[in-house]
Amino acid sequence: MSAIESWFAMGGYAGFVWPAYGVAAIVLGGLALVSWRRHRRSGDTLARLQGRFGTGE
Amino acid sequence: MLTRFANPARFMRVSGTVLPWLGAATAGALGLGLCWSLLLAPPDYQQGESVRIMFVHVPAAMMAEGVYYLVAVASFVALVWRHPLADIAGQAAAPIGAGFTLVCLATGSLWGRPMWGAWWVWDARLTSVLVLFFLYLGYIALVNAFDDPSRGARAGALLALVGIVDLPIIKFSVNWWNTLHQPASILRAGGPSIDISMLLPLLVMAVGFLLLFLWLLVLRMRTALNERKARALSLYGPAAAQHEDNEAALPAARPVWR
Repeated sequence: MSAIESWFAMGGYAGFVWPAYGVAAIVLGGLALVSWRRHRRSGDTLARLQGRFGTGE
Repeated sequence: MLTRFANPARFMRVSGTVLPWLGAATAGALGLGLCWSLLLAPPDYQQGESVRIMFVHVPAAMMAEGVYYLVAVASFVALVWRHPLADIAGQAAAPIGAGFTLVCLATGSLWGRPMWGAWWVWDARLTSVLVLFFLYLGYIALVNAFDDPSRGARAGALLALVGIVDLPIIKFSVNWWNTLHQPASILRAGGPSIDISMLLPLLVMAVGFLLLFLWLLVLRMRTALNERKARALSLYGPAAAQHEDNEAALPAARPVWR
């Protein structure tokens, strides 16, 4: 077994170690992505409204 | 210190500068932490490679509890002083806390299966963390359950304060009851019982998770303030701009929970 293969095998615990890191990446990465997109959208909406009313900072 | 950030307009200015630095620090710490946890840290002499789950599980557990303290303190400040940023902070933090709790439960289950032979046991530590997860969900649901956002915020804040009794139960569950879960091995009398080669990557991951939380918190608070202001502008037009520094006078937007 090559070094990379044995790393992926995680000493037989591959079925537990990788899903654990995967769950963390999906939950936290998903939260970050959703939050980031909503932040951008809220900034765009506000800028548009401020432009319309001429109250830009 | 707190009153300096108390003003929402000032919060927007300061947080806009801090946000990219927080993001970069988060990416750096998590990148280093992941390499260290998955490549450099040694396997455990009893648990083998499965011990690597610890580097995600323990920081997630720390954040699950820590974020709840913040939600509770923000709720207290919101109830007592009606501070406009306090509700926003609590509501921005709760979904992040729920996310960390979910990661803690899922990784714990994936660790429990090979080590204890069970995905789940109704053990005091596991059950009290599951209760914490439901407290987060209950808070989020309650905040969003009312047509009047300020009533929802008050109801949620009350739940968050009552729910704080769960935190000492989580902390001491491993000492009070005979549980499968191991007792504290880092913060304990006599120093950490964990080897330095595993303690260091664990600390780096914990710092990474903390930075990720702060970045997400600031991002979500800014979103809530933007949405609140946009709502006021679309309702009242330019007149709303005069209330810029007085967010309390503005109608609250739908709380951020997604």
